[in-house]
Parts: sequence; structure tokens; C-alpha cells
Amino acid sequence: MLEIKNLHVKLEEEDKQILKGVDLTVEAGKVHAIMGPNGSGKSTLSYVLSGRDGYVVTEGSAQLDGHDLLEMEAEERAAAGLFLAFQYPVEIPGVGNMTFLRTAVNAQRKARGQEELSAADFLKLVREKAKALQIDADMLKRPVNVGFSGGEKKRNEILQMAMLEPKLCILDETDSGLDVDAMKLVADGVNALRDEGRGFLVITHYQRLLDHIVPDVVHIMVDGRIVKSGGPDLALEVENHGYARIQAEVA
Amino acid sequence: MGLPQQKLDATEERLAAIQVPESGAWLSDARQAALGRVRSMGLPHARDEYWKYTRPQTLVQPEVPHAKVFQAYESAVFDDIERLRMVFVDGVFDPEASDDLTLSGVEIEPLHAAGAADIHWARDLYGVLEARGQSPVERSLAALNTACANAGVLIRVTGKADRPVNLTYLHQTEDADVVIHNVVKVEEGGDLTLLENGPGGARLNKVMEVDVADGGAFHHVRTQGRAHERRAATHVFARLGRESTFKSFTLTVNGALTRNEAVIELTGDDAVAHVAGAALGDGASGDFHHDDTVFITHDAVNCESRQVFKKVLRNGAVGVFQGKILVKDGAQKTDGYQISQSLLLDDDSQFLAKPELEIYADDVACSHGSTSGAIDEEGLFYLRSRGVPREIATDLMVVAFVAEAIDEIEDEAIAADVLSRLQAWLERRRG
Ligand SMILES: Nc1ncnc2c1ncn2[C@@H]1O[C@H](COP(=O)(O)OP(=O)(O)O)[C@@H](O)[C@H]1O
Ligand SMILES: [Mg+2]
Repeated sequence: MLEIKNLHVKLEEEDKQILKGVDLTVEAGKVHAIMGPNGSGKSTLSYVLSGRDGYVVTEGSAQLDGHDLLEMEAEERAAAGLFLAFQYPVEIPGVGNMTFLRTAVNAQRKARGQEELSAADFLKLVREKAKALQIDADMLKRPVNVGFSGGEKKRNEILQMAMLEPKLCILDETDSGLDVDAMKLVADGVNALRDEGRGFLVITHYQRLLDHIVPDVVHIMVDGRIVKSGGPDLALEVENHGYARIQAEVA
Repeated sequence: MGLPQQKLDATEERLAAIQVPESGAWLSDARQAALGRVRSMGLPHARDEYWKYTRPQTLVQPEVPHAKVFQAYESAVFDDIERLRMVFVDGVFDPEASDDLTLSGVEIEPLHAAGAADIHWARDLYGVLEARGQSPVERSLAALNTACANAGVLIRVTGKADRPVNLTYLHQTEDADVVIHNVVKVEEGGDLTLLENGPGGARLNKVMEVDVADGGAFHHVRTQGRAHERRAATHVFARLGRESTFKSFTLTVNGALTRNEAVIELTGDDAVAHVAGAALGDGASGDFHHDDTVFITHDAVNCESRQVFKKVLRNGAVGVFQGKILVKDGAQKTDGYQISQSLLLDDDSQFLAKPELEIYADDVACSHGSTSGAIDEEGLFYLRSRGVPREIATDLMVVAFVAEAIDEIEDEAIAADVLSRLQAWLERRRG
């Protein structure tokens, strides 16, 4: 589903290489986790895949279902089925959460040649999904992420994911800043979306999220490369011994 | 001290080209007095300090710059609002297209009809508030208007109007040079909402004088018409009595040149004056130069004034804001607020702001701010990453930006109507 080959990325503004040859394939129905120390390039990978400005791909490729992601605008990637749950969801003053959601859902449907959802159908759907994530009517009415707590922002990301039903979900440190209950809620939201046709790339710094969202494959990223891949046990190894040991191993 | 020769010549040239309409005694007295003011002040000139950011030439010259008639496809603003409608076509009142002028608690008369009388209540206001507004800064285009306007409406409000009055100014000929003068007198306890829409003409010179007596309320909401080539110089002169309310909002999209002046005097204690505006211009579809010039004088105790102006500019569009709060000696407990902001969608557009405070009382709270900024790229990416195309995402943020000004409209139905027209316009522009 997602195929990343030898991806090299540097910053546009300065001559700094961040990703130094990433190879990664996520199959439909699978959950892949990426772990790695701070600054290793995990967020950069998620941004480059979703089409944020400021990065230059110097080598390599990234495809979603055979389509060249790197050639597409951010909104086209979304319509093609890519979704990024941001590490730091952005506040957008003045734009109502509900308006935003409806605009996004309908824009994607339009891009895919589907009919737009009626206001009533949309409302019904959003209420149902919001309820499961314990997002109340007030949060839906407020401007996007403005004045939301850390946990509320993350739940709002999962709500968007649930509404947009992407093919490939990238979750960038969705667990950071969450207490145990909130993490459970978010994990349940993600697990509810697990499906044979859907792939996940779960980026996390800590192992604990992976207790709730059990991965099929775990990758360790260090300094812009995936240095080791393995089963769920690899996450435990990181938890017990830190990244230093793996770094030493592969050095 | 005489006027510079150039200014004198330009003024005489324009005056030679105008016709002062025949009218009854009260109105012809007012017109003659106004002509005198125009002669002594001279019409605006490019070197006038008050016209530093906006070229007055096309507003002053005798020849009308032609403006193509704009065909709008959507239904007009305020169509869904229950209202009493008066239609002016190229500056001429069209009774056929207008509603019956009967409205409980409100007297409405077209200016040309009332002007034929020898005496009229409007004598105390017509040209009077305009003349007061000539100091400390001259606004001679308004005096020119007083001298030669033959269209407009005189409204006296004695009670609470049960629906708004809507003045629609249609533009039908490319060289229509339109002068409109409205007078509104809100008596004690009276309450009226006035809606205005439409470009009016190729060139519009419009004056509205509003006197709000103690405890009266006047709400004003206007949209200036989307004709790309139209030019307009408008003035609102308002005088507020004790515990009175005056709130005015203007939406401007398109227009080659717009100069909107609001001159407001708070003369009774505890009065409230709000002026707001949202202007959106795209230089790609023709020149866009939009100037809000506001002068608010606090001359009583415990009054509140508020100015909220937002401009969205792209492709070489120019926005100007000159806003002043003058707090006179003794106007204690004044609460004055002023914000002017622009959203520049590219590097070609510019926003020129001159906010001013002049305060002669010691117990006042006045604040002002002016900002100019680009669109938030982080926010834009966030919206796009959810599949919202760039143009729609930009417009969502544009609407969010101007919403603060539209929120100044107190009536929710009218505010929603204005917002939906704005959204329809943005949508059509996106194609
Ligand atoms: N826009 C940027 N400007 C400057 N440095 C950046 C930028 N984006 C990423 N970096 C740098 O790239 C490296 C990787 O960052 P990031 O992808 O955020 O790592 P991670 O998510 O693994 O913590 C860090 O050294 C970070 O400082
Ligand atoms: Mg990160």
C-alpha cells in the first residue's frame, strides 16, 4: 500500500540532510510502528509524505497504491487516502471545527467523484463518531483546536481520521501529552478503524501506546534511517534498554 | 490664506460642470451655504495631507471615469430580510421598483420631493452635520454633495421601526455620475436599522447625516456593490445624544476606488458608537483601492467607541486605514478602541495604516492596534492535509479573518445574510 524507497530529504532553507535513505513498506491491513530518539526524522518523514512545504526530496520515492505521492499536492494526497494525525495539531482561529470537517469530507468526496454528504447525513455521522471519542457538541462548534487541551487536540485528530476514512493513517506521537484514560480512548478510536483494507504507520517515542495498538512490525529510526525492523518485541527491547544499545549494535 | 492655484482651478473646473438643482427655500439655502464651503476649502488635491494615501483626482474631475455595469448572478444581499425597500437607479429614485413608504414610527420622504417645500424638519440637519464635520479636517467632497444632491431620502424615526429600511442603489449606465444625500433623524427612543446596497453609479458621491437623540438607536449595514470599475466617496456624519447607540458596518468587495469616511461625534453621556468594515480586493480583476477614514470625537462622559476594520488584499490591491479618536477635555471615562488589520495574500498588495489618538482628558481608556500579515501557512497546510483544496482553505481563513468585523453587526439574521453573500462571492470567484 505505502512503498517508500531510499528516501532522502533535506531542508529547503538550509543545507541539512534529515532523511538519509528510508526504505519502508506498509501493507494493507497492517500496523507498522516507527520508534526512534528525538530528532531522528520521524516527523519529517510524516510531513514529507503528507506534502508539507519546506522539504526537498533529493533521492528516492514514495508511492501510495502505486501513485507517486511526491508529485501530488497535499490535498490530492489526502483525497488519495493519506491521513496524518499531527504531533502538534494546528489551531485555526475563526474556522469552526464542524465547518472544517464538513468541508474536508465533502472536498474529498468530490475529488473522488462521489456525491457530497447532505447536511443531515453529515451531522448524524459526526455525532456518532464524536460520541465514541467523548467529543461534545461544544468542541465541535469551537474553532479548530483553539483552546483545546492536549488530549482534546489528539482526540480531534482521531475524529477527523474516523470521518475521512483514509486508506493509510500516519499517527505522529499521538500518545504524547495524554494521560492513561485519554490514551485508551485514542487507542480504541484507532483500533475501531483497523481493517483489512487500511494500513497504519504509528510513530511513537514510547512503547506504551503499542500496548494498546499492537503493531505487526516495529521499525527503529536513527539519524534519518531505519536501522532495525522486527516484531512487537522490538518495542519492548527499546523500552528496556533504550536506543543506545540498538545504535551501538548497528553502528 | 488663499488656496494653491492648482486646487482652486480644479475646484472651479468641477463647480462649473455641476448643476445646483432648483428647490424650495430651506434646501436652496443649505445648498448655497455648501457651495460657499466648497469654494473656501477647495476640493481634495493629491498634495493634501488627508489624501496622502488615496488619489482624489478621479473623484474630483468633472469627467466621470466610465464603469462597466456589473452583472451579478446571485440574488442580492438582504433579499431574505423582511424590509422596506427603496430603489435608486443611477441616482434617481424609482418609485415603481420601491415599496410603499409607509412604516409605523418612521416618516420617509425622497429628498427631491421634500426639497420642493419651503420649510422642512430636515433643515436643521441637511448640510448641518456635514458642516460640523469640516473641522478640524476638511471633507469638501461632502460639501459638494450637499450643494448638488437631488436624490436621497429623509427619514425621521419617532418609534421602533418594525423592519429595516433598505436603500438599493442600482447602476445601469456606464457614465452615471451619482450624488445621493440621506438624512436620518432618530428621535428620543427611536430605533431604526438602515440597510444599503449596490454600487450606485460609475462614480458615487454619497453623504448620510445621522442625528441620534437621547436613548435612540441607529444600526447601519451596507454592502457597496461588486462592480469592478465603480468609484465611490462616501461620508457618514453622525451626532449622538445621551445613551444613544450608533452602529455601522460596511462590506466592500471589488471597486476601483472607495473612500469611506465616518465622522462621529459623541455629544451626550453614555453614548455608544461602533464602526466596522470588511473589504476584500483582488487586483487581478481590476484596480482595487479601498480607504477607510474614520474620525471619532468624544465630547461627553462615559462614552464608548469602537472601530474594527479588516482588509483582505491580493494581486496589487491597496488598503488604507486612517482612524482617529479625539477625546476632548472633560470627556472622562471614555472607552475607545480601534483595530485595523490586513491579510495580505501576496507580496504585491499593500496596507497603509495611520491610527491616531488625541486625548485631552485624563481618565480614559483608549487602545489601538494595526497589523498586517500573511496567511498562516501552518493552518493552510493543516486544512489541505485533510483534503481541502488550497483555494477553499484560503477562503476559509479569509472568512475567519473578516468574521470579527462582520460580528459587529448586531442583528444575527442580517449578519448571517452578509456572511452568506460573502461566501457565495468567494465561491463564484473560485469557479
Ligand atoms: N523546518 C525545520 N527547520 C529546521 N530544522 C528542522 C526542521 N524540520 C526538522 N528539523 C530538524 O530535523 C531533525 C529531525 O526532526 P524531526 O523530524 O522533527 O524528528 P523527530 O520527529 O524524530 O523527533 C531535527 O534535527 C530537527 O531539528
Ligand atoms: Mg516528531
